[in-house]
Amino acid sequence: MRVLRVTTAVALCLGLVGFAAGTDAQQCPKGKLRLYTSWPMQGAMLPEGTGMKNGVDLAVSEVNGLVAGFCLEVVNLDDASPQTGKWDGAVEAENANKAVGDPLALVYIGTYNSGAAKVSIPITNRAHMAQVTPANTYPGLTKKRGAAPGEPEIYRPGGFVNYFRPIPADDIQGAVAAKWAKRLGAKKVFVLNDQELYGKGIADVFEATAKKIGLPVVANEGIDWKQPDQKPVLTKIRASGADLVYMGGVIETGAQVIIRQMKEVGLVAPRTRFMGPDGLLEEELLKGATCDAVLATDMRITFAGLPFEKMRGVGAKTYETYKSKYGKEPTSYALYAAEGGRVIVDAIKRAAPQIEKAKDVTEKREALRKAIASTKNFEGINGKWSFDENGDVDYDTMSGFKAVKADGPIGCKFQFETILE
Amino acid sequence: MQPWEVLVQQTINGLTRGAVFALIALGYTMVYGIIELINFAHGDVFMLGLFISLSWFALFGVTQAPTGWQLLTILPLVFVLTMLSTAALNVAIDRVAYRPLRRSTRLAPLITAIGVSFMLENLALLWKGPAPIAYPDVFPSVDILREWFGVDSAIFVTTKDVLVVGATIPLMLALNYFVTRTRWGKAMRATAQDRETAQAMGINVERTILLTFFVGGALAGAAGLIQGLYYNIGMWWMGYQAGLRAFTAAVLGGIGNMPGAALGGLFIGFLSAWSDQYISARWTNAIVFSILILVLVFRPQGLLGARSADKV
Repeated sequence: MRVLRVTTAVALCLGLVGFAAGTDAQQCPKGKLRLYTSWPMQGAMLPEGTGMKNGVDLAVSEVNGLVAGFCLEVVNLDDASPQTGKWDGAVEAENANKAVGDPLALVYIGTYNSGAAKVSIPITNRAHMAQVTPANTYPGLTKKRGAAPGEPEIYRPGGFVNYFRPIPADDIQGAVAAKWAKRLGAKKVFVLNDQELYGKGIADVFEATAKKIGLPVVANEGIDWKQPDQKPVLTKIRASGADLVYMGGVIETGAQVIIRQMKEVGLVAPRTRFMGPDGLLEEELLKGATCDAVLATDMRITFAGLPFEKMRGVGAKTYETYKSKYGKEPTSYALYAAEGGRVIVDAIKRAAPQIEKAKDVTEKREALRKAIASTKNFEGINGKWSFDENGDVDYDTMSGFKAVKADGPIGCKFQFETILE
Repeated sequence: MQPWEVLVQQTINGLTRGAVFALIALGYTMVYGIIELINFAHGDVFMLGLFISLSWFALFGVTQAPTGWQLLTILPLVFVLTMLSTAALNVAIDRVAYRPLRRSTRLAPLITAIGVSFMLENLALLWKGPAPIAYPDVFPSVDILREWFGVDSAIFVTTKDVLVVGATIPLMLALNYFVTRTRWGKAMRATAQDRETAQAMGINVERTILLTFFVGGALAGAAGLIQGLYYNIGMWWMGYQAGLRAFTAAVLGGIGNMPGAALGGLFIGFLSAWSDQYISARWTNAIVFSILILVLVFRPQGLLGARSADKV
C-alpha cells in the first residue's frame, strides 16, 4: 500500500513537471491570460458542468490556446457546496474573489445558476472584469422586463455593464410562448408558477405578453410545489374553464404532479392543454408525469435557441466538432459555453493592442470588457447576433417541442415541432 | 361548474387530503403522548412508505392496473408488507436515535429526530434521484357518478377517493380499538400517563414504547401507500411538508390525543383545499398556520386536548 502511494506521488510529480515544461515550451510572446470558470462540478450537476467545461475548452483549442500572442489558460472552479451538491452563495463569492484577485485573470465565465450570478456579478463588476455566462437565463440579471425592483442596477455597482450572456433570457421565452399559445388556438389561459426565480419570471412575462396580444389570463397563481396534492388548484382551473395551463417551473418543482393530476381531474386535450418552458424539457418529466398524462394534455414546451441537431451553419459545425472531440452528445448548455468562449477569444483578438499597452490589470480587464460589449454581427450557433446595451443577445429564435408517442422504455419523447420567432 | 359544485369538489379534495394528514398525525401524537418527543422523522417515514410500497409492487411484478382478483390479493398484501416495513424502520430509528437518549434532556432526542429526518431524506434522494417519480396506476380510477350511476355531473368522485376514505377509517377504528380495548393499549395509556408508576406496576415500559413506534410507523407506511395510490407520484422532499402539516394537525387536535389528531388532520385538509380555491394557493400555508396560532391562543390544549396542569 505504502509503496503504491509513493509511486503514485512520484508519478504525479513527474506528470506535473512534464505538464509545466509543456506549457513553458509553448510560445507566449505576450504572456499568459487566465479565464476562470465557475459552476457546479459535482453530484447531479457533474454531467452538465463537464459539458460546459468541454465547451469552453473547445473554443480555446480552436485557436490552440493562443490569441494574438497571448496564451490562454482556463481555470475551472466549482461553486457547489459539498454538503448540498448545489450552488452555494458563499462558494460562488469565494470563486469570484479568487478570479478578481488573480493578476493574470481577465474574464470570468459563469455561472450556471442565476442565483449564483447575483452573487458574483457585483464582485466582478467592481474589478472591471467581464463575466460571460453560458446558462443564466433569469431576466433581472440584465434587464428590467421580468425583473424584481432595483434590478439590474444592483448588480452594477460601477454603473457599467460587465455581464454578458450569449443565450436568450427567459422573458423572451415567456413572450414567445404566449404568442405560440395564441397561434395554437388557446382562448383562456391559467398560469401557474413555482414561486421561484426562474419559474415566476417566465410566468410573469407570459402573463404580460398574453394580455397584450389579447389572450385572456384567468390568474397567475403561485403553487406550493412541496405539496404532492395539487387537486384543489386543478379543480379551480377546471371551474375557471381555461383551455391552456401554462406552468413556469422546472422538473424539480412539481410540474410532474400538475400534469399527472391534470389527467386525474379530467383536464385533458382538447378541453385543456399544457405548456411550459425549457426547464421542463427533460426526460425525467416524461417519466415522473407518465406518458399517459403527458400525451393526454397534448404537452408543448418552448426552448431557448434551436435544438443542437436543428442548427445550421456555425451551429451545425460546432455540434459535429463537439461530438467528434468528446465522443458524446453535448449537454444542454455545452455549446453555449463554446459560444461564450469564442466571444471571449474574438474580443481578446480585437483588444490585444490595448491589453498589451495597459499599465495595470484593471486597465487590461476594462479593455477586454469594452471589446466584449462591442461584439457585433457575431457568427453564432443560432445565427448572426450582436450584444445589446444590456449585454443580451438581440435574437429571439426559439423552438417549440411537442410530446409524442415513441418506442422505448419510456413510451414517449419530445419532438421538435416548429421554430418560433 | 356551478359554484356549489366547486364547493363540493373542493370538499372532497379536502377530505382525501385530510385523511392522509390524519393518518400521519396519529403517529406523531402517539409518540408524543408516550415519550413527549416531537418525532420530526415521522414525515419521512411516511415518504419512505411510498417508496417502499413501490418496491413491493415491483417485486410482485405489478406495473399496470391489475385485474380484479390480483387487486384483491396483492393490494392487501402490499398494504401489510409496507406497514410492516415502515413499522420496523420506525422501531429501528427509535432504537438507534432515541432510546440511548431516553434519560437525557428533552431537547437531545428532538435534535437527533431532525438529524434522522435529514438522513432519511438523503437516503431517498440517493435511492430514487432528485426528480419526482411516477407511481404506477395500481388502483383503477373510475368516475363513480358517471359510470356507475349514470349521473352527468361536473363533480368527480372516483374509486380512488373511496379508497382513501375506505382505507383510512378502518385503520383509525382498529387503532382506537387497539388502544382502548387491548392489554397492550392499556399499557400504552398507562405509560403515557406516568412512566415511572407504570413501570412500578410491572409494565415493560421499553417494550411499550417500542410498540408505539411500531404502530406509528405502520400507520405512516399505510399513509405513504395510500398517497402513492391516490396521487400517483412521489418525491423525496414530501415527507417534510406532510410531516409539518400533520404535526400541525396533531397540535390543533390536542397533542397526545388520538381522536384530536384525526380531527385536526381533516380540518387542515378542508381548510387548505378551500383556501386553494377561494383565496390563493400562495397563501394556503400562511392561512393554515394562522388558524393554528389562533386556536392555540384561545385553546392552548388544542381542540380535543384535555386541560392538564401536571404535564408541561
